[in-house]
Amino acid sequence: MRILARFRLTILALFRRQAETARLNEELQFHLDQQVTENIARGLSPEEARMAAMRLFGNQSLVRDQARSTWSWNWLEKFLRNIRYGTRILWRSPGFALVSILVMALGIGATTSLFTIVRAVLLKPLPFVESDKLVAVYEHFRESTDGDGFNVVAPADFRDWRQQTDGFQDMAAWRNYGFDLTGAHDELPEVVEAAGGSSNLLSVLGVKPVLGRAFAPEEDRPDANHVVMLTWSLFQRRFSGDASVLGTQIHLDATAYTVVGVLPDSFTYPDPHVQLWVPYGQTFTPEAYAMHDSHMSHVVARLRPGISAAVATKQVSVLQYQLHLANPSKPVAEDAVSRPLIDDVVLDVKTPLIVLFCAVGCMLLIACLNVSNLLVARGASRRKEVAVRGALGGSRLTLICEQMTESLLICIAGGTLGLLLSVLLTHWLASHWRDLPRAESIHVDGIVLAFSIFLAVFAAMLAGLLPAVSSTGKGVFAALQESSRSIGGSASRSALRKTMLTVEISLTVILLVSAGLLFKSFLHLRTADLGCVTDHVLTIKYGLPEKQYDTREKVIAFHESLLERVRRLPAVSAAALVSTPPGGGYEGDDVFTIPGRPSTHFNLQYDAIYRTIDPEYFSVMQIPLISGRFFTGHERLTNDHYVIVSKKFASQFFPGDNPVGRRINVAWDRKPEDYEILGVVGDTLYDVTQPVKATMYFPILSGIPDQTSGSTIVVRTAGDPRVVSVPIQRQVALLDPTLPVYDVLTMEQILGKSIASQSFSATLVLAFAGLSLLLAGVGLYGVLSYLVTQRVAEIGIRIALGAQRSEVLRIVLLDGLRPVFVGLLVGLAGGAAAGALIRSILYGTSPLDPLVLAAIVACLLLTAILACAVPAIRASRIEPMQALRME
Amino acid sequence: MGKPSDLVQGTLDLLILKTILLEPKHGWAIAKRIQQISNEVLQVQQGSLYPALHRLEQQGWIRAKWSETDAGRRAKFYSLTPAGRAQLEREKKSWSRLSTAINLVVEGV
Repeated sequence: MRILARFRLTILALFRRQAETARLNEELQFHLDQQVTENIARGLSPEEARMAAMRLFGNQSLVRDQARSTWSWNWLEKFLRNIRYGTRILWRSPGFALVSILVMALGIGATTSLFTIVRAVLLKPLPFVESDKLVAVYEHFRESTDGDGFNVVAPADFRDWRQQTDGFQDMAAWRNYGFDLTGAHDELPEVVEAAGGSSNLLSVLGVKPVLGRAFAPEEDRPDANHVVMLTWSLFQRRFSGDASVLGTQIHLDATAYTVVGVLPDSFTYPDPHVQLWVPYGQTFTPEAYAMHDSHMSHVVARLRPGISAAVATKQVSVLQYQLHLANPSKPVAEDAVSRPLIDDVVLDVKTPLIVLFCAVGCMLLIACLNVSNLLVARGASRRKEVAVRGALGGSRLTLICEQMTESLLICIAGGTLGLLLSVLLTHWLASHWRDLPRAESIHVDGIVLAFSIFLAVFAAMLAGLLPAVSSTGKGVFAALQESSRSIGGSASRSALRKTMLTVEISLTVILLVSAGLLFKSFLHLRTADLGCVTDHVLTIKYGLPEKQYDTREKVIAFHESLLERVRRLPAVSAAALVSTPPGGGYEGDDVFTIPGRPSTHFNLQYDAIYRTIDPEYFSVMQIPLISGRFFTGHERLTNDHYVIVSKKFASQFFPGDNPVGRRINVAWDRKPEDYEILGVVGDTLYDVTQPVKATMYFPILSGIPDQTSGSTIVVRTAGDPRVVSVPIQRQVALLDPTLPVYDVLTMEQILGKSIASQSFSATLVLAFAGLSLLLAGVGLYGVLSYLVTQRVAEIGIRIALGAQRSEVLRIVLLDGLRPVFVGLLVGLAGGAAAGALIRSILYGTSPLDPLVLAAIVACLLLTAILACAVPAIRASRIEPMQALRME
Repeated sequence: MGKPSDLVQGTLDLLILKTILLEPKHGWAIAKRIQQISNEVLQVQQGSLYPALHRLEQQGWIRAKWSETDAGRRAKFYSLTPAGRAQLEREKKSWSRLSTAINLVVEGV
């Protein structure tokens, strides 16, 4: 009953508020009238009676407000009133409102987007059962200085680890592999990225095939029956999701594989490019499967409950040291190391993502400070109003709330706009960020929504609280006393604004330094000299299946007839073959010895990356000959024990000596044999982001199946190289219709691909820094204009007393530039710290690059002077008479 | 006219509830009644009376109804709800406990 009554009143208070207020007025009026009646009865005249009654009654509207304040929804009413009030104030200066809202939208939108990506990529657990119990295990060479000390694992090491240790619940291995996929019938051939996974990989990860089964342990051997599992995307794309493909055969490199299972849609490990899986053991020859020094596999292990990763890894490490001792002459690592699987997956993007996230965070902070600064300025012009209201009994909390509403309105409008912006931005980022791991898991959801709301409220607090508190502060009386002839602004307030400005400028400088460094490092990569010609060059890859091309003659026949046909094409000016073009990746390396030199400890063993080339390769790619000679058509078939080495190779292994005519002993064609060095050529980079590595070139015309069956045809053209791609593909199809080509790229595209992620983060950070600079400039301008307005009278008096206008200009400029200088110093210190943190993603650029720092100082000072100049000049032009009359 | 005695903190609710126990009254009558009964000692200010009435109504202790006065004017009459009766009993008990306690302190030693 009572509940019902209260509910009724609540509803009335919400929906019939107007009517209820009228009734309240009527009630109070009745009371007053009763008093008047009583007074008349006492003998007063009607007029006197009314006055007396009103005196007794006191402040009628106060009584009404107090009575109303007991109603429900009072907070809502207050809030709506504040909103109405805030909207009205914002409406009065639409320019300010619009700029602030846009600034906030940008800050909140960008931060939300980066949060979405950081959360999906770095924070969300991997889509595996108890994924926090998964670690990636690597080998570690104690004396290796290359890379991060995490070396991929040799197959025999992995097999010993799995059989002889029990610290982990289980260990699984996988390696990348590539296939030409052709159908059993006449389907179009295609090259697919594949992976070999050990039979227990799925059970270690806790993933079940959606169709069929996983590999059986007996299939996980080099000589077992060929079986294959399809990923969901390949199953849908190539087999249109038809479950009857199970049990049928598909052809990989012309060998029949039976489809045994289909993986779930969510399974995109290690990355979405992998299209199908074959048993790990089947990706090796029996000899390779037993090798301890052929490092090419990734190992994933699941922790046993109660045993830490460190303990389990130590056990593996002990075993690895025994393996190392048992293979003294081979590069077998001494230790094993591990890291959480999630870290392993996101390794390459972690730093760039965190840098970007920090950058947008800084930008949001700058945006807040800017809005805050503008609000302080506006608060100052309403100082007297606020003081009067405070003196009349407005509680400080009410006044603060009222002012906060304004910034809340800005931030809510900005946040809504920002959220829309972030949906677009997130989508754009996720689709344009090349090789972003786990990009498929990025989407805007409730948490992201909650985050952006939190961000908007947080920004409102940050931007609104300081101005609100400062303008309602203890200076109420001071504000009232401040006569209209006050000279100069309030010192404390301008100090507050200058502090905020200093912080803003420091943050901007930090952002600018980071952006400058990233951009310089990107430019460095961009202009990196690969060591060969890069314009008007097209590259096309193909791989000859070893089953069909099983003899040297067949391999050479294909390569030579293709070259001959391509060279005859009208647009082609030159063509050559190379296993992997410069900038195209590592391909592989081999260790070798130099006959006549004592054999060395394996860690100091000689090691170089290899390429196979045809005789014309160097002249086509304009790689200079330094000494000796190139290959000719004579180094072919079994007359192939010749090698050409790079300049780096010569200086590293034959310092101060001409290597031409010397021999190296290398296991190029299965077993170690001597190869004579015919010539030395210029260095090329295998990856623009990596230092030069010693390279040896073997003749492709040896035709050794496996070593020379995969190749890239590089073609130089007079015009646009892309126009020859289709004619070349047609020539390949004429020679072998089942042979697919892939990676049809110009040299520029290869370069662009390898620096895409650098270019991406550099451009983004630069954009954020540029926006921040703009914001800081606007902030500076706003503060200084305000200060000048405050000092008009003072300046007028100065000029009237004879101050030179140039002097006034100087004073105002210095006043504005002081926070800039302080901010610049603080920012440079912070920038140096930030530079040290991002050192790992800088190439050829020191964190204290003087050019970058100088450019930033110049850039900031220029912006600052521009922002200060307008108000300063305005100040110097003040007419004293006008200024003094203005009050 | 001297300054009216301040009502002991929190006793206004009790006075209002007690005053309308027998018959519904409007605000003016409630104030008058309290004044009369207390021999002009307790003077309820409008600034306290109406907020208190509205609060009691929001809490469901009292119910308001618009009807005509003897003089034929529309006025808002407040009456006790059953819950209000129970509340009055509670307030009375707590008041007597409080006043006894104060008496003990003031009269003792």
